[in-house]
Amino acid sequence: MKVRRRDFLKLGAATAGMVVGATAGPTPVRAADPNRERCKAMLFDATRCIGCRACQTACRDGFGMSPTRDGDELYDQPTGLSTTCPCIIQEYRSEDGEEWSFIKRQCMHCLDPGCASACLVNALERTPDGAVVYDVDKCIGCRYCMIACPFDVPTFEYDKPVPSIRKCTFCFVTSEGNVPRCVARCPTAAMQFGDRAELLREARSRIHEEPDRYVDHIYGEHEAGGTAALYLAGVSFDKLGFPANLSDRPIPDLTKTFLNSVPLVIILWAAFGTGLHRFVQRREAGLEEVAEEVETGP
Amino acid sequence: MNRMNRAEIASAAKAQLTPFNVIAALIILASLVVLAIRFTRGLGAVTNLSNPYPWGLWIGFDVMCGVALAAGGYILASTVYLFGLKQYYPLLRPAILTGFLGYFFVVIALLVDLGRPWRLPYPVFYSYGVTSVMFLVAWHVFLYLTVQFIEFCPAVFEWLGWKRVRSWVVKLTIGATIAGVILSTLHQSALGALFLLAPTKLHPLWYSELLPVFFFVSSIIAGLSMVVFESTVSHRVFKDQVNSHHLARLDGLMLGLGKAAAITLFAYFSLKWIGVARGQHWSLLATPMGLWFLVEMFGFVALPCALFAWGSRTGNVSVVRATALLSVVGIIINRLNVSVIAFRWDYAQRYWPHWMELLVTVGIVTVALLTFRWIVRRMPVLRAHPEYQGLQ
Repeated sequence: MKVRRRDFLKLGAATAGMVVGATAGPTPVRAADPNRERCKAMLFDATRCIGCRACQTACRDGFGMSPTRDGDELYDQPTGLSTTCPCIIQEYRSEDGEEWSFIKRQCMHCLDPGCASACLVNALERTPDGAVVYDVDKCIGCRYCMIACPFDVPTFEYDKPVPSIRKCTFCFVTSEGNVPRCVARCPTAAMQFGDRAELLREARSRIHEEPDRYVDHIYGEHEAGGTAALYLAGVSFDKLGFPANLSDRPIPDLTKTFLNSVPLVIILWAAFGTGLHRFVQRREAGLEEVAEEVETGP
Repeated sequence: MNRMNRAEIASAAKAQLTPFNVIAALIILASLVVLAIRFTRGLGAVTNLSNPYPWGLWIGFDVMCGVALAAGGYILASTVYLFGLKQYYPLLRPAILTGFLGYFFVVIALLVDLGRPWRLPYPVFYSYGVTSVMFLVAWHVFLYLTVQFIEFCPAVFEWLGWKRVRSWVVKLTIGATIAGVILSTLHQSALGALFLLAPTKLHPLWYSELLPVFFFVSSIIAGLSMVVFESTVSHRVFKDQVNSHHLARLDGLMLGLGKAAAITLFAYFSLKWIGVARGQHWSLLATPMGLWFLVEMFGFVALPCALFAWGSRTGNVSVVRATALLSVVGIIINRLNVSVIAFRWDYAQRYWPHWMELLVTVGIVTVALLTFRWIVRRMPVLRAHPEYQGLQ
């Protein structure tokens, strides 16, 4: 009777550990939204961009970010994405100067965003409209989203005692007429904003109509599982600063196998650990009995 | 009376003025100055962190290495309580203390590194990002810290003389041990799994789907080696705490741990090559990073494996003790490789820690050592408490 009670308690302790672990383990891994491709998107056509940076300025105005100035209050252009510049126009020119293009860099708004899957407090989330938005009130500043983003989009305020992550949010909160400011301000219609499927059709027909003008690639259609920022260009995309070795697999997929195995590890270890302990205990009890028998003799 | 007290205090203060204590005090003071700058002017004022390198020395060493090197707690607890190898009991308490303090100071380091450290409890109490490996790490470090506290409680209560409470806590031992093994398996591997979503950033020789397995298996190596290393140092520094009977038994235990480490290192060595083979990355071995990979694999995995095997087979305890240090260095190199050195290895502006980052890391390690010393000198960690001798 006594042994049974003890067994029961031990199993209870193991189960308690298991339950505690299970609630802590992210057991139900969120399935990718089946409707995720039916969202808003932006199409940037690099061959139409004249590099005026009106989008860049509109973006900073919208965020209330001051332009980069040197000590003499002189204004200078930023050279890359930063906490005061979430959208930037960059120029590519080959060494012989023959090949060139402007390119807009901003958040790609992945259909299945790695940054949001990496965030341990849901400070980054994708809205059903397709924008990946940031909630500063949740962020703890661990910067794992920056590790997760293959496009190096999230930037961190290293210069502030109370820092935030800064990135493009498709003007989700304050958009005028549901179009991001950068798109609205573009004087050459190098950008369109609308349904993703429609923009993909539009991009395909542009390539079809003017095959010499474009490389045959819509960047963002499949990269990292597809993005809501879509790109057309006349120069191959690896020259324009996009990661060359990126697969079509959504970033969150890469950790799913691990996360799904968490409950298995908990259950198997709990059972194996309890069993092993019981086995060792019994063997010891058995050895003691044998020793007693040897001592007392037959 | 009053004067005598003062004289006593003065002489006690003088006794504290050892070179180690003076240097430790200076390091801690300097670290506090750096921390003041960090919390008033931001991380950029004292670190070389940047947008391409959001994690540096504080994550790469303080967290990644800190957790791995604190693995001795769960390794020894399962050795003694699950596998029933009771002869290892004398090493258990120092291992659990090292583990507990290791995790505790990992959390302290995290508080320094986080942008908004006052929100550290958010993932546990406020907002649940269940799709994140980091969420798992946060929860499990929190739970495991609790488990290790429970495991170390008997020593605290023996010191305080609270017999009754002690006997309650002791009853939790098996449950705590099993929970500890589960939690450790998961978060040791989770630290490797953190990098699974950065296939374009981590060098292909280090990136593998097996990263979680690598991190778990190498945490066993880290735990075993740290127990050997830590006991080597402790028994030199805290001679007064250990009785001779205990010391005589210790050599045999060191050989046993060395044997276990050799076997685990061999398994780890094989697993790592499976990782290379799966990715078909053989050609990369002929590059500079490939050479560095080979240095890690042969200098800090194969070599300690051979030395542990040779030392434990021939009964050469000094070899086992020295190899433990080599193996600990190997684990540190591996964790730094994955999180810092092979991370964005091809980037133009490489990250290199700022001296103030290094200073804070040294400061945190110093406080951890002082805390360890403070506890060992008071509580029954290395010695058995006379009233509880023979009790386990």
